[in-house]
Amino acid sequence: MNVNQHTPMAPPYGQPQPGYSHPGYAPLDGGYSGPYAPYNGPASAYQPGAPAQGPTRGPPTSGPPPVSAPQAYNQYSQGNMQNGPPPMTQAPPRPAVSQPYNQGAVNLSGPHSGYPQQYGPQPTMHQVTNQMTGMQITSGPPTPAGPGYVAPRSSQPSISTPYSTAPPPTYTQAPPLTSSAAPQQPHPSGPATSQQYYGGPPPPAQQPFSSSLPPTSQQQFSSGPPPPSQQTFPPSSFSGPVPPPSQAPAPPVSQPQQSFPPTQPPFSSAPPPVGQPAFHSGPPPPVQGSFPPRAPAPSSQPGSFPPPGPPPTSTASGQYPGPMPPQQQHPPSQPSPYHSGPPPLRAQMPPTSMAQSNHLPPGPPGPLGPPGPLQQAPPQPGMQGGYPPQQNGAFGQVRGPQPGYAGPYPGQPNYGTPAPAPAPAPAAQKRLDPDAIPSPIQVIEDDKAKSTEPFTTGVRGQAPPLVTTNFQVKDQGNSSPRFIRCTAYNMPCTADMAKQSQVPMAAVIKPLATLPPDETPPYLVDHGEGGPIRCNRCKAYMCPYMQFIEGGRRFQCGFCSCVTEVPPHYFQHLDHTGKRMDCYDRPELSLGSYEFLATVDYCKNNKIPQPPAFIFLIDVSYNAVKSGMVHIVCQELKTLLDHLPRENPEMDSVVRVGFVTYNKVLHFYNVKSTMAQPQMLVVSDVSDMFVPLLDGFLVNVKESRLVIESLLDQIPEMFADTRETETVFGPVIQAGLEALKAADCAGKLFVFHTSLPIAEAPGKLKNREDKKLIGTDKEKSLFQPQVNFYNTLAKECVAQGCCVDLFLFPSQYVDVATLSVVPVSTGGSVYKYTYFQAQSDQERFLNDLRRDVQNPVGFDAVMRVRTSTGIRATDFFGSFFMSNTTDVELAGLDCDKAITVEFKHDDKLSEETGALMQCAVLYTSCSGQRRLRVHNMAVNCCSQLADLYRNCETDTIINFFSKYAFRGILNNPTKAVRETLINQCAQILACYRKNCANPSSAGQLILPECMKLLPVYLNCVLKSDVLLPGADVSLDDRAYLRQMISCMDVADSHVFFYPRLLPLMKLESGSLPVAVRNSEERLSKGGVYLLETGLHLFLWVGASVQQELLVNIFGTPSFSQIDPSMTSLPELDNPFSQRLREIIDSFRAQRSRYMKLMVVKQEDRSELIFRHFLVEDKSCSGGASYVDFLCHMHKEIRQLLS
Amino acid sequence: MATFPEYIAQNEERDGVRFSWNVWPSSRLEATRMVVPVASLFTPLKERPDLPPIQYEPVLCSRATCRAVLNPLCQVDYRAKLWACNFCYQRNQFPPSYAGISEVNQPAELLPQFSTIEYVVQRGPQMPLVFLYVVDTCMEDEDLQALKESLQMSLSLLPPTALVGLITFGRMVQVHELGCEGISKSYVFRGTKDLNAKQLQEMLGLTKPSANQGRGPQSVQQPLSNRFLQPLQKIDMNLTELLGELQRDPWPVTQGKRPLRSLGVAMSIAVGLLECTFANTGARIMAFLGGPATQGPGMVVGDELKTPIRSWHDIEKDNAKFMKKATKHYEALANRASSNGHVIDLYACALDQTGLLEMKCCANYTGGYVVMADSFNTSLFKQTFQRVFNKDVQGSFKMAFAATLEVKTSREIKVSGAIGPCVSLNAKGPCVSENEIGTGGTCQWKICALDPSSTLALYFEVVNQHNAPIPQGGRGAIQFVTQYQHSSGQKRIRVTTTARNWADAQTQIQNIAASFDQEAAAILMARLAVYRAETEEGPDVLRWLDRQLIRLCQKFGDYHKDDPNSFRFSETFSLYPQFMFHLRRSPFLQVFNNSPDESSYYRHQFNRQDLTQALIMVQPLLYAYSFNGPPEPVLLDSSSILPDRILLMDTFFQILIYHGETVAQWRKAGYQEMSEYENFKHLLQAPVDDAQELLHTRFPMPRYIDTEHGGSQARFLLSKVNPSQTHNNMFSWGQESGAPILTDDVSLQVFMDHLKKLAVSSAA
Repeated sequence: MNVNQHTPMAPPYGQPQPGYSHPGYAPLDGGYSGPYAPYNGPASAYQPGAPAQGPTRGPPTSGPPPVSAPQAYNQYSQGNMQNGPPPMTQAPPRPAVSQPYNQGAVNLSGPHSGYPQQYGPQPTMHQVTNQMTGMQITSGPPTPAGPGYVAPRSSQPSISTPYSTAPPPTYTQAPPLTSSAAPQQPHPSGPATSQQYYGGPPPPAQQPFSSSLPPTSQQQFSSGPPPPSQQTFPPSSFSGPVPPPSQAPAPPVSQPQQSFPPTQPPFSSAPPPVGQPAFHSGPPPPVQGSFPPRAPAPSSQPGSFPPPGPPPTSTASGQYPGPMPPQQQHPPSQPSPYHSGPPPLRAQMPPTSMAQSNHLPPGPPGPLGPPGPLQQAPPQPGMQGGYPPQQNGAFGQVRGPQPGYAGPYPGQPNYGTPAPAPAPAPAAQKRLDPDAIPSPIQVIEDDKAKSTEPFTTGVRGQAPPLVTTNFQVKDQGNSSPRFIRCTAYNMPCTADMAKQSQVPMAAVIKPLATLPPDETPPYLVDHGEGGPIRCNRCKAYMCPYMQFIEGGRRFQCGFCSCVTEVPPHYFQHLDHTGKRMDCYDRPELSLGSYEFLATVDYCKNNKIPQPPAFIFLIDVSYNAVKSGMVHIVCQELKTLLDHLPRENPEMDSVVRVGFVTYNKVLHFYNVKSTMAQPQMLVVSDVSDMFVPLLDGFLVNVKESRLVIESLLDQIPEMFADTRETETVFGPVIQAGLEALKAADCAGKLFVFHTSLPIAEAPGKLKNREDKKLIGTDKEKSLFQPQVNFYNTLAKECVAQGCCVDLFLFPSQYVDVATLSVVPVSTGGSVYKYTYFQAQSDQERFLNDLRRDVQNPVGFDAVMRVRTSTGIRATDFFGSFFMSNTTDVELAGLDCDKAITVEFKHDDKLSEETGALMQCAVLYTSCSGQRRLRVHNMAVNCCSQLADLYRNCETDTIINFFSKYAFRGILNNPTKAVRETLINQCAQILACYRKNCANPSSAGQLILPECMKLLPVYLNCVLKSDVLLPGADVSLDDRAYLRQMISCMDVADSHVFFYPRLLPLMKLESGSLPVAVRNSEERLSKGGVYLLETGLHLFLWVGASVQQELLVNIFGTPSFSQIDPSMTSLPELDNPFSQRLREIIDSFRAQRSRYMKLMVVKQEDRSELIFRHFLVEDKSCSGGASYVDFLCHMHKEIRQLLS
Repeated sequence: MATFPEYIAQNEERDGVRFSWNVWPSSRLEATRMVVPVASLFTPLKERPDLPPIQYEPVLCSRATCRAVLNPLCQVDYRAKLWACNFCYQRNQFPPSYAGISEVNQPAELLPQFSTIEYVVQRGPQMPLVFLYVVDTCMEDEDLQALKESLQMSLSLLPPTALVGLITFGRMVQVHELGCEGISKSYVFRGTKDLNAKQLQEMLGLTKPSANQGRGPQSVQQPLSNRFLQPLQKIDMNLTELLGELQRDPWPVTQGKRPLRSLGVAMSIAVGLLECTFANTGARIMAFLGGPATQGPGMVVGDELKTPIRSWHDIEKDNAKFMKKATKHYEALANRASSNGHVIDLYACALDQTGLLEMKCCANYTGGYVVMADSFNTSLFKQTFQRVFNKDVQGSFKMAFAATLEVKTSREIKVSGAIGPCVSLNAKGPCVSENEIGTGGTCQWKICALDPSSTLALYFEVVNQHNAPIPQGGRGAIQFVTQYQHSSGQKRIRVTTTARNWADAQTQIQNIAASFDQEAAAILMARLAVYRAETEEGPDVLRWLDRQLIRLCQKFGDYHKDDPNSFRFSETFSLYPQFMFHLRRSPFLQVFNNSPDESSYYRHQFNRQDLTQALIMVQPLLYAYSFNGPPEPVLLDSSSILPDRILLMDTFFQILIYHGETVAQWRKAGYQEMSEYENFKHLLQAPVDDAQELLHTRFPMPRYIDTEHGGSQARFLLSKVNPSQTHNNMFSWGQESGAPILTDDVSLQVFMDHLKKLAVSSAA
């Protein structure tokens, strides 16, 4: 959508390239903005600008910078807006800012100078920066340098300086911002503003900044980067710069920014509009084109933009105003560093953002914004021209950076340092401006903003809103995205295209996903004794794609085109359009998802299945008892058993339960209702497992309640004094399996296990953890099961419909890789509580257990994905077992399990019919009913690559990539896997660059709008513990994560790889604060942040946090009195505390696993863990920072293109 | 000296010993010509309430190969304080404690009336009694209920210190942990996999007591109980409750199938459990079987109901596919149990066979009981089981454990072997004959369980050469040394020393013939025959038995050659042929009409009971009650079946009351209810009272049958009596003299005629 628009923009980008580089750089600043898609837009603008004025720009930079800056601001401002209160404040300020902006512009020029200076002075610096940030830097300088990046450099320097200045401050500011005044001192002011942008992320201000600003700024920057650096000024400066030299580009930049603005709608809202309009005038045209999509936002944005530029700063500064100046001042000092880093990035960012449709629109505005002042107008025109094209490619300059990249990458450390540097602005100088590169936060916020209407699935090939967006779905013939998400909603028609683009064709299917209460669960359809109506040939189930012909007497299959008779009882006349009269009465004819009641033919052994059973197998060895696990489980089960899954809440669950405890031997329990007391049956012959009893083992909870309670009371007592430390594992599962076999039913085993099973028994394991193997070719063996026993066992389990859920409580190595074989193959889950302590981990464990037990679940499932001719499901990822190439067998399937399916062409697809897929899951419901759940999905097909790139979903692609990679490490060295990923990603982007982006400088990094986050996310995958373990990450942890991700859906994998980081300085009921980017730079010492990864929840408390916050949250005014070991927040009677706990609860409710809250005090030891999740930063295990990686990616792309 | 019968009775009364010959031929050659070997029936624990407990240890001959116990037959030099061993002639010093010995101050063991004496050994720990119940749960609820009650009842009969354990089995085998509060625990094993003791020990978590305990004084006490075998006083309630909660095996049995019964593994686990906890301590495994083992090692039949359990017919045709393997399994178990001194009782209560044929060795080797009944819910089982725990006058159980019997002989005679509930200890010695009869090649046997009626047949061989005459007045001596664990836990040693005169068979054949104990001889020969029947074809055994009889007749009969009518037998031999006649017809040698299980059961009882009981088994007793006089024993002959008589037959296994035709009619008419016919009532009551007495004393309790003329159960009587009148010999048909038996079997008359003819035949 936007993309398309963007695309147009893209060309500008391309153009900008020359200037681009500059702009790019500028964009880099925009990097911030980058995150804001809009920015990219600006970036593009930049590019254009850059290209156009490339050389000139250098000089103009001063001018343009302001512009860009403004844009950036706009964006930022938007960000601010988002933040909420701050924004508001900002907004007002902005106007002022705008003025300042102008000033800023002036300043910009100043900064610009600075920028340039940086560049200039930095010439050396440039080089350095170049090396460092490579791309951006080059971009900046290049422009000036002329086509050559050199020129930009020189020019850039100047620009960069401003940028740098700006950025640093921003950064610093960012923190300060958060902290508000606290540390900031000068920063606050200067940085604050700038930070706002940059920091934008941190506080509201920052966000706006980063998001909107960056892009804008970038572009603008490129045009007139330096100025932008100054917060408000920056924009102005940007705009200034832009207009003047590279104004043309600048405008573009601004445009991108505009696009940003759009994203930033809120922002733009007030101030921007005004300013922007003006700007728009110029940029808008081009931009507007793009705008349209974003219609509302854009307009506002534009407005915002212009004003934003200045206003934002002001706004930002509003609070920051004061600071602003300082910042500016700072900028100078920081510039150089900045440059290197941020600017380039921004440049890139913008493009990316540009790519993002959103950005585009903003872009234009952006330029406008910047120009808003004076420059805007001028730049815009020029810029715009440039911009549009650039949209996609954001990073013209890249190539410059590339060299730098190489350097940077390896030298990343530097980067890393720079990152933190933000505060010390100067140090950071060399970096690309993180605000200038595409910001996930911006994208997410943009998407949220535009998804106000329910998503209807009736239109083929329509990409749904992002997983981070709350939206309602109306099933109109295709499955809800909650059930199926595709990587591409516009599949290439031919295998060649697919191969060329390297975009994976995959779908992530979550067949039993739970729907929000306002959406109807799939209807149950009963076709009577004959069973569901199916195509004669391919056996596809009746669905909306079946075409009724001959008056309704036959239907033609949409998948294989075979014509099948309609059974008499199913006959219905057709109306004048060829639809059946009862089309809307029958879910299977009008909906994308529904269920059939299966007949006995669909049952195992042609027998109606028995109700399923749950068997709890509890380790009672010394460790288990000592850690308190046994006690907790037993206590919990007493109440939990009342909540066994059931379909009708009115009825008692038909699920039967059984209990086993074990250490070296197994203890079965007879809890028959007629017995006075439970009976324990010890099976010590573990070498040849069997079930010692039948009657009385699996019982109805209600009937045997007394006996069960007595048992659960006694188990902890009985083993209280145990000295047995050895355990078995294989026989435990065998026992459960045999029990289910004996009872002739499917079911689920809940195994609570503590240690490596070293006792003499089948499946005995030995400790094989060997850190020396990590990084070697033998590393892969550590992910493979140690013995083959469990694979065989898993197979048997699947055959019986025996799903295994494993709860691990290890205190040392337990070989998760081997133990998880059975759970993974049977559709089960693995939970791990390392160093389990009853007190601190109880809550997490119990919540997981409760959820796991109560979850709706299906048993003995078989999933089959049918597709229309032309493509075929070739590969599957997830927790299941496959005995042939088509049937996915799941002993158990719960509502959290997703299966990723990859498709390959085996023929041509046609644009006319699109591609259809039907996922049918045959399963036994928890009430013992055999059912078929059918999900249908149709996507478009395209013969143009551009169409493909317009309609992809990066989150899903990342989901696929991560699963693909995590499976890959079983057979390949992790290094090779990482490289494969990088290559494929580079190819995807290179293909786009080559085929879809308007011609532009080779050095420009241009990202497709919908994939502009691909690099950042991919980097998160690459540096995940699985692929790049730190020294403190155990093999078990990696294996654990590996298996867990293999069945994650898109929402979970998204937050897992790119955690959500919320600033908590201000909370409003009804809405969440806008997240900030995962970088330390975005943290303010004075703030409190909540970080959510889907597995962990951290509450980070800055060292100089406001007392008021502390009192509100912890009930204590003293930082030092905060107990870092607390796992839940004190329940204080103040709105802030209430709201915070509300937020935490809502987060927990969203995830399939309970997240334990960890309070992290700044500079505390535990902060290391926390930092690990700041995924945009360089990781201590050697993972690249976002900036570095982007540079690296750019280099890769360039290599591919050349 | 009194007559031989008196002498024999006196000896039996005092020593529990009966020899086939009470005067022994003095040379090997002569001895072999006597047809019936020199042999004895020995009842080691013959009840001797009058025996004083000797609280010191026996004095042994110092010769290493002898070690005979000082006895009244030894020559003692009171002055030198020396005694001469009457077996090896070694002269031994009395130990210091005998310093005060003199002619007037003799220790008990030197007094002639104490040829049997019992020492109570004070050293060593007092071992508890161990009872391990092995209970089948695959049975009808009614049966199971009855069994549970019996078991609960039995707990009240056990001493509080006794260790008790419980194993139940069905499809699985459960070893119950006792004394658990709030929850009952058991270890479960699958019924298809045999486990050796070591595996079992690991799986049950039984560590060697010695390993756990230091060398402290407690080390002996600790192992006395474990989780599975605990003192009754501690777990009485718990176990009672546990037994009460026993459920029928819950595994579903589909139509047309037998329940899966893991008897083989259950037994194996029981044996293994005791093996690794109480080796060489008296322990009793009591197995209660509701049917045949149908799975795992030791299975005797598949679970398909359509394939019936093996019959003699199948066995002859070699069609019993599980038999050999199962037998091997149980034999191995029996050997393990017996070598550890553990007893295995089999209480098999089912209408169909339960596999006693295969399992018989478990009881036979260990001295355990076998009880066979139709159901646990019968008084036969209930009473019998209760009687297992009968006590003697001193309040001790009538059971002894882990006994070893050692036989010492004087030089002229050696021991060939033993037949009875024992296993060889493979102790070679100077008194072991090379010629094996029964369990031979040893002079020591292990008898894991003894009760006062347990009787072994011991066979001897005279080895004195013909050319080395024994000086006149010489006596051959035999000493039986029985060491056992008394039910009080004490270790006791009972020593019986007996001697018989030698006689030269050529010159003193009359003496020898007069010393013949035909009853003992009959049983001794019968045990030999039964022993052979276990391994040989039926007809061969009968032929062998006949030949022996003929040879005996030839040797000791008084006749003219080839003149059957001239044949006369002296009184001491007169009953012997008749015993043989009935033995040939007995279920011990005839398998027709008996299932393999029944045959095994009968033979088991025959091999362990004392002479009196054994004789009843061979030739049932028949008493007649009539108005013509007091009750009298009558001939076991069809001629004894008269209309106006009530007959009481005791076959040991059955007590049968038969009302003659007329009596039955009277009874039916209800005369016994009329006061004027009170005498009839008394007549009816008399046999019932007598029967009750028998029923109350006998172990195992006999099957009680009350029938009448023409009643279906009269067949038991008809099959036992001598068919003197059949449809074949009509000479008295229709007369009042008795009832004809419809059979082709020969009658005693025909048998004797034939015997005479063959005995006198010069051709033989």
